[in-house]
Amino acid sequence: METPISKDKSTHTNSFSHPSGGLGGAVATRNACKLCAPLGASVAFKGIRGCVPIIHGGQGCATYIRRYLISHYKEPVDIASSNFTEESTIFGGGANCLAAIENVISQYQPEVIGMATTCLSETIGDDVKFYIRNYKDLSDRETLPHFISASTPSYQGSHIDGFHEAVASAVKSIAEGGEKGEHLNIFPGFVSPEDIRQIKTILEDFTIPSILLPDYSETLDNPIWESYHRIPEGGTPIESVKKCGSARASIELGTILNKGSLSGRVKNNALATTAAEYLQESFGVENHRMPLPLGVNNCDHFFETLSQISGKSIPMKYTKERGRLIDSYVDGHKYVFGKRAVVYGEEDLVVALSSFLNEIGIEVALAASGGESGRLEDEIRKYCPENTPEITVQNGYDYEMIHEWCIENKPDILIGNSKAYYIARELDIPIVRCGFPIHDRIGGQRIKHVGYTGTQELFDQIINELIGYKQDHSEVGYKYM
Amino acid sequence: MNDILKERQNQVVTKGKDDAAIACGKASVAGSVSQRACVFCGSRVVLYPIADALHLIHGPVGCAAYTWDIRGSLSSGPQLHRLSFTTDLKEKEVVFGGEPKLYQALISLIDNYKPKAAFVYATCIVGVIGDDVEAVCRRVTREKGIDVLAIMSEGFNGTKKDGYKLACGALSKLIGTDQTSIVPEHSINILGDFNLAGELWMLAEYYRRMGVNMVACMTGDGRIDDVRKAHKAKLNVVQCSGSMTYLAKDIEDKYGIPFMKVSYFGIEDMSDALYEVARFFKSDEMIQKARELVREELSKLLPELQKYRAQLEGKKAAIYVGGAFKAISLVKALRLLGMKTVVVGSQTGNQDDYNLLKELCDEGTIIVDDSNPNELSEFVKQTGANLFIGGVKERPIAFKLGLGFCDHNHERKEALAGYEGMLNFAKEVHASVCSPVWKFMK
Repeated sequence: METPISKDKSTHTNSFSHPSGGLGGAVATRNACKLCAPLGASVAFKGIRGCVPIIHGGQGCATYIRRYLISHYKEPVDIASSNFTEESTIFGGGANCLAAIENVISQYQPEVIGMATTCLSETIGDDVKFYIRNYKDLSDRETLPHFISASTPSYQGSHIDGFHEAVASAVKSIAEGGEKGEHLNIFPGFVSPEDIRQIKTILEDFTIPSILLPDYSETLDNPIWESYHRIPEGGTPIESVKKCGSARASIELGTILNKGSLSGRVKNNALATTAAEYLQESFGVENHRMPLPLGVNNCDHFFETLSQISGKSIPMKYTKERGRLIDSYVDGHKYVFGKRAVVYGEEDLVVALSSFLNEIGIEVALAASGGESGRLEDEIRKYCPENTPEITVQNGYDYEMIHEWCIENKPDILIGNSKAYYIARELDIPIVRCGFPIHDRIGGQRIKHVGYTGTQELFDQIINELIGYKQDHSEVGYKYM
Repeated sequence: MNDILKERQNQVVTKGKDDAAIACGKASVAGSVSQRACVFCGSRVVLYPIADALHLIHGPVGCAAYTWDIRGSLSSGPQLHRLSFTTDLKEKEVVFGGEPKLYQALISLIDNYKPKAAFVYATCIVGVIGDDVEAVCRRVTREKGIDVLAIMSEGFNGTKKDGYKLACGALSKLIGTDQTSIVPEHSINILGDFNLAGELWMLAEYYRRMGVNMVACMTGDGRIDDVRKAHKAKLNVVQCSGSMTYLAKDIEDKYGIPFMKVSYFGIEDMSDALYEVARFFKSDEMIQKARELVREELSKLLPELQKYRAQLEGKKAAIYVGGAFKAISLVKALRLLGMKTVVVGSQTGNQDDYNLLKELCDEGTIIVDDSNPNELSEFVKQTGANLFIGGVKERPIAFKLGLGFCDHNHERKEALAGYEGMLNFAKEVHASVCSPVWKFMK
């Protein structure tokens, strides 16, 4: 021991206090409200048909990410690792990369291999694209899978940056131009499998041919199997990704995406280009960027855009859904008005949720994300016209900062993923779980956030949580609300 | 089965068919979707339960995010271990070095949370970018007056087992630093129990009833000051031998304290763990008390178990867990419930563990080291298992195939150790195998 310490010299408190302010993200991150980039890339790769992701780095990265995803999706999530050793770190990960590709092909016969890098392989300067070319040259296999490689060091941006990077890489390496078709590209962003199913249903009801990328509505939410599938069915087929370049237009959900300028990602560099931007620049596919269709305003925007692009009118089914949603807004408005909410998680979800809460009269007291785009504040103010001045918006926040904020500001409800449960529990604040991850409940993959019905489900849950809280804390309990 | 990767074929043996010894302790094959994690993971899981220490992960955000509150290790006091601290390195630090950020993070966290000691875990890129973590730790030790220990657990630098060793090394540095405390005559340390679902409290109570005092548990419900005086115990009782044997041997070398390997899963092993300790102290009174305790506990437990056994008799189980020692106990515990083990494997077992398993299991049992989802699903199908026992990553494999699953990993919320734990185990196996939902799988 450098300086042997006698035990009575250190001061010890049995329960630690929560220092308010002062500490935080500037120095250490305490309970991070974000994950690392290869996780996002892995999820996106899972949404491509026949794709097996390989994480080029240490074994732990793949295993930790698998465990994290499995706990949310409750599905097998196979992600291979190139399993770096000390030698690969010193001499480069080429040999391991090639071995990993070969072993994944022989075990899985994948249509596509999605390679995501890690902080380790990026720091030592591994060139994965070169390794892939190398593998192709050396392989004597008759047919080879398609390769997509995403640059996802975890010291740049969050899992969301990794997600969009993987989607953009897929399009950049596979999309082709050609004569314009009737189809639309939809880039839904990091939504739930249920959300993807909902968006697909909407497009089917509109009878608009469309390509969703990625589409993990099946692969990360499988029905029961008779025999084990090494690669789950479903996902966007490669042929569809090819056709992205000849689409009539793209709809890109989310307005922050991977546009972050903080933590090393530089505006306008290739890493901050989204798939839809690339298609617009390279093939002239017009891009419609908008917030997630959550809340009446955002849904209207989405449906009107679909109608306008396709020249088709909005199906009656959705007009009715919208009507019912607004009817419930009226039924419930008194129970939510003026309540103060904390909304946290991925930036684009935080924007959409805030805008929804804003339209029902809930005050967004704090909108926080571990994401570091530096754009959250502008976007929130843009989409929350009702109570703009009151909102505190924080980029680069962690859960302990949210915790301390809640101790001081006593909000009425928390809305976001399951990781803030400990705050809700300690401070006796109701929590509505949505987004990613949901690790302490079943069904995270089936939470619907988008569309009028997704909004409806969230609205009912939020309002009932508030009503229930009041009922539980009332002295008499009551049978009518 | 044809689909086992060539490099892995000697890591699978079938009892009665293969005479060769199983290969183990190898690095995972690239691209094999191993269920293992990394060096960092090994260190982190072992030290995690020390509740009054600061655990700071030096590196980009992922490693800390994925290990936040990861184990169900309970603490009877401070809860500091349940917070996830990281230096969250960004590109700037990767280029210019992370030492200043590490230093500042340590200072501010120590000032604010007043931990008894701090563990700094170096992750993959820290060594690559050339941070001198140990120098920063020494400096903070001097300035703050608490031990700040560097765990050089770069993920690529070996396997999870190497991470265990590093964790043991850090504990070893703390042990022996309290010279003044006095402990009772019949004192032991419990090594390799992590107080999942309060299991340690149950075990400590059994020992207390026998007249045995516990000095330190490493690391369940762990406290730095207890670790410091661990060298005052007379005996180290080691569960989870995969992670803690290094430390037990180290203590034996330094302080001449012997150790014994035990397991607390299942009636036989649990009772042996008590008898062995009593025998060690050569106390008739203690042996007598242990017998009474076992008799008392069994008279409550056995009639209860019979109910479950009646319905479980003849069912087949597959086991895939982290450590092989646990697998051995599980085979025995399942036998007590009338069940047969048809597949058994671990992430980190050694040759002795696997030999023991081979001896213990019936003919035809598949024994496997460092397996993966493809193999496991294949084995399960081949053997017609009715139940899978494993951790989070094995669960969906079982469920997708319509197979009962029993969670025996570190996130569990029900105690499975001890006599009470055996009943919980029986209940869980019963619920997993006998649920009516499997009827829909046909």
